[in-house]
Amino acid sequence: MARITAGLTTSHIPAIGAAIDLGKTEEPYWKPLFAGYEWTKAWAADHRPDVVILVYNDHASAFTPELVPTFALGCADEFQPADEGYGPRPVPVVRGHGDLAAHLAQSLILDEFDLTLMYKLDVDHGLTVPLSLVYGQPGEWPVQVIPLAVNVVQYPPPTGHRCLRLGQAIRRAVQSFGEDLTVHVWGTGGMSHQLQGPRAGFINKEFDTAFLNRLVKDPEGLAKVPHLEYVREAGSEGIELVMQLIMRGALGSEVEELYRFYHVPGSNTAVGHIVLRPSDSSQP
Amino acid sequence: MDNTEFDDIPGTRVFTAERAKQGYHLNQFCMSLMKPENRERFKASERAYLDEWPMTEAQKQAVLDRDYNAMLGLGGNIYFLAKIFATDGLSYLQAVSTMTGMTVEDYQQMMLAGGRSPDGWRSVKDGT
Repeated sequence: MARITAGLTTSHIPAIGAAIDLGKTEEPYWKPLFAGYEWTKAWAADHRPDVVILVYNDHASAFTPELVPTFALGCADEFQPADEGYGPRPVPVVRGHGDLAAHLAQSLILDEFDLTLMYKLDVDHGLTVPLSLVYGQPGEWPVQVIPLAVNVVQYPPPTGHRCLRLGQAIRRAVQSFGEDLTVHVWGTGGMSHQLQGPRAGFINKEFDTAFLNRLVKDPEGLAKVPHLEYVREAGSEGIELVMQLIMRGALGSEVEELYRFYHVPGSNTAVGHIVLRPSDSSQP
Repeated sequence: MDNTEFDDIPGTRVFTAERAKQGYHLNQFCMSLMKPENRERFKASERAYLDEWPMTEAQKQAVLDRDYNAMLGLGGNIYFLAKIFATDGLSYLQAVSTMTGMTVEDYQQMMLAGGRSPDGWRSVKDGT
């Protein structure tokens, strides 16, 4: 039986990827940010899953104005790094897990989550920056990855409630997969940020801290927060935070917080990162 | 919920389905700049390249002026518009700062000091 053994959240800021790719991680601006991921890199080396289900959003790379799927699951055996206009990031091709993805598609759609299934999907910084933060710069990624792309660019994105329920359905689906696999679920994006208009540069540490606390202890309550509150309190692009509820739902009712890091700024954004594992007492 | 509630948030344009419709051709033009040959043609003659797209004159002028606030008001979305400033060789931070009325240096300094405080930027109606 496959099982979910950990989850994490992290920001996926493109400038972080550029800093890694261009060898700038030791520069004074970036050093404190990357230092915040050292604990996780050591932990990840000792706790390597077979598969990561990686929840992220595409940033007008694979999805054009012609097509806006709310939830899109990557079912292919490999995913190429996208060219976002600066050339593709110099990172390894992302290897998928087509069998588990096919099982997820089957289970989740019959569980009434009407996913879009992607058999060709170029993955942008939303997916590759978290991999770089956790696994550094290997010749090959040490895990297989199933991308789950969520629309948080065009309103309305899915509600936090829907995201939490999808995560719970992912937990059921993984647990019903026959093969003996360990799986991590990552929720990426956020934290507070706004990339547009006179209000750009908006950061709300108080909201972000409360969000992480509730993500750990009160996901059902957090799932009731409406979009308006995210935009008002976390900025127009801070709505990405709803994706973290998918990760949280996938870990079951109770979790243990292993690590947390928060830092401002990463470019225009507040960087937030948390590592969780399901408690022994966690119910499906 | 009624999308007009978003209008109460200062200095913000939420990219709703209505705006996506309004900005469809503007955003499609932006996507075309992901191809190197299109970037070259655009740079060679911006006006001629824009005229190949069924955009409004106001949208074209906003692109020529690199007036990102105007582009947002005409249905643009930042992740599409990013293809324009990538073509110009600008980072997100450099391009985003142009929408705030601040210099890049002052904007960068604000971010280093913890970012823009939410106080005064929550609600037009309540003045908070």
